[in-house]
Amino acid sequence: MITLIWIELQKIFRKWRTYIGFIAIGALVTIVQIALYFTGDGYIKMLTRNFQDTFIMVGNLFNGYLVGNLVLTGLYIHIPFLIVLVGGDLLASEATSGTYRMLLTRPVSRIKIVTAKFFAGLVYVFLLIAWLALLSLGVSCLVFGTGELISFRGKLIIFAADDVLWRFLAAYGYAMLSMFTVFALSYFFSSLVENAIGPIVSTMAVIIILIILTALPIDFLKEISPYFFTSHMIQWEGFFGDPVDYEKIFKSALVLAGHIIGLCLVTTYLFTKKDILS
Amino acid sequence: MSEQIIEVRGLTKKFKNITAVKDLDLNVYRGDVFGFLGPNGAGKSTTIRMLLSLIKPTSGSIKIFGKSIKERREEILSKVGAIVEKPDFYLYLSAYKNLEILGKLSGADVSRKKIMEMLELVGLSKRANSKVKTYSHGMKQRLGLAQSLLHDPELIILDEPTTGLDPQGMKEIRELIIYLSKIKNKTVFLSSHILREVELIATRMIIINKGSAQVEGTVDDLLNIDKLTVSFEVDNIDNAKNILRDSAWKEKLISSTNRELSFGLVQNEIPELNKFFVEKGFSVSSIIPVRSLEDFFLKITEGEGK
Repeated sequence: MITLIWIELQKIFRKWRTYIGFIAIGALVTIVQIALYFTGDGYIKMLTRNFQDTFIMVGNLFNGYLVGNLVLTGLYIHIPFLIVLVGGDLLASEATSGTYRMLLTRPVSRIKIVTAKFFAGLVYVFLLIAWLALLSLGVSCLVFGTGELISFRGKLIIFAADDVLWRFLAAYGYAMLSMFTVFALSYFFSSLVENAIGPIVSTMAVIIILIILTALPIDFLKEISPYFFTSHMIQWEGFFGDPVDYEKIFKSALVLAGHIIGLCLVTTYLFTKKDILS
Repeated sequence: MSEQIIEVRGLTKKFKNITAVKDLDLNVYRGDVFGFLGPNGAGKSTTIRMLLSLIKPTSGSIKIFGKSIKERREEILSKVGAIVEKPDFYLYLSAYKNLEILGKLSGADVSRKKIMEMLELVGLSKRANSKVKTYSHGMKQRLGLAQSLLHDPELIILDEPTTGLDPQGMKEIRELIIYLSKIKNKTVFLSSHILREVELIATRMIIINKGSAQVEGTVDDLLNIDKLTVSFEVDNIDNAKNILRDSAWKEKLISSTNRELSFGLVQNEIPELNKFFVEKGFSVSSIIPVRSLEDFFLKITEGEGK
């Protein structure tokens, strides 16, 4: 299995499209960092304008943690686009290029092949989020330094400098779980068709539709939105709450994990039954 | 009869309302170069895909090396090399890397020496590190052969392996198949629409049409299944006609012109008639068998009966 995953990783990382995600994140994070470097003080003033008369703000509030948090919030909705570029391509591209015929006439079970591709895809997602963390948090801390994290989610919370890093690590870990779910959905669509465009568009359509439905102020939709996986994808924000609602985060993580396992099983089943006609 | 390598019984594949393969039986024996003939849409590729478990039969059974492909897929495929339709590769990888990946999946020796040997065998060693997207169709066909041979399989299934090759390339592939069969003792299952090629290298063959077997047997037997129309060009043709009238060969004469005589003959009668003319003092300048396997193939597939 390790060999199979290694082979799939080689295929993924020898394709140009794989690097689009890394380049896009690199460019976006850099632009955000440059913009904040020059306008960051204004941002802090805007964030604390209602409290400036009441509190005296001291220390380095505009620091790498704040930039990392802002980037995570700002880019989070866009990362799925980069995930599906690879996830939607993994199986469908084998059909498009006709390489299924080569691949599936090898003495390796289809279950192993589809599982190896799935794990290779997860590795890609892991590396992409790790890249995001490295740039948005690591580089930001180097450039802007560290300090207390000021966070505004309904209420203003200021976390002590030594109480921040674990929250970021947990948030990035949860973000990975969310993106694994997006990947699993695109992988599922990829197993159904013979062209990578379909799975990419379908996955994004599902995510966008569910997000829109969640945002609409309709009672019925409000009732059913907790059953949408997209509602659980943003629970990483919970790690920047005070106190952290671990039960809520755990439940959401279970929902996402259930989606990942379910989609993986359905994809595997369909793939093993599939007639290779391409 | 030697060991049966492929045994197919009652194989049927339906796609909704279309029956692609219908109640097909196949028998391929060790050492055969087995020709699998049929016009486009006859069900050849569908059959090959079922042999390789790329698609599942609607009914029927497939045994390869005496084992069911349904139950022992991996074990069987470890001893099978194949090209299914046109060989497609990972275009963004080099030929060498493609072979390394496919070889690893087949459990083959993927040492540099072995891969380069294979590329040398098919004449691609100088382009080993070029990306496959820069390859011509003919080069991809050769690379397809290399990947099918890399793990030293006992059975080689080739679906139209000479498509897109120039005459020299076709000849080389033909010679390679003969080499694999005669020298390496491989069993070759060869699907081709180039009937002359099958006639030249196959030992046994089957012709299928509309998903059903029309006829199966040795190439020699099938060539003799129907009379050939053979034209003899001899000198002094009027005398030849007179002599024929007094011989048993007059029954075989179909037509004559002032240059040649056409006979309906089975294969082994051709040298006998030639000997007859020579012994009577005629000079035979040409013998042209008009009906070949191709005529036979066309006759079968056009539904004129068998």
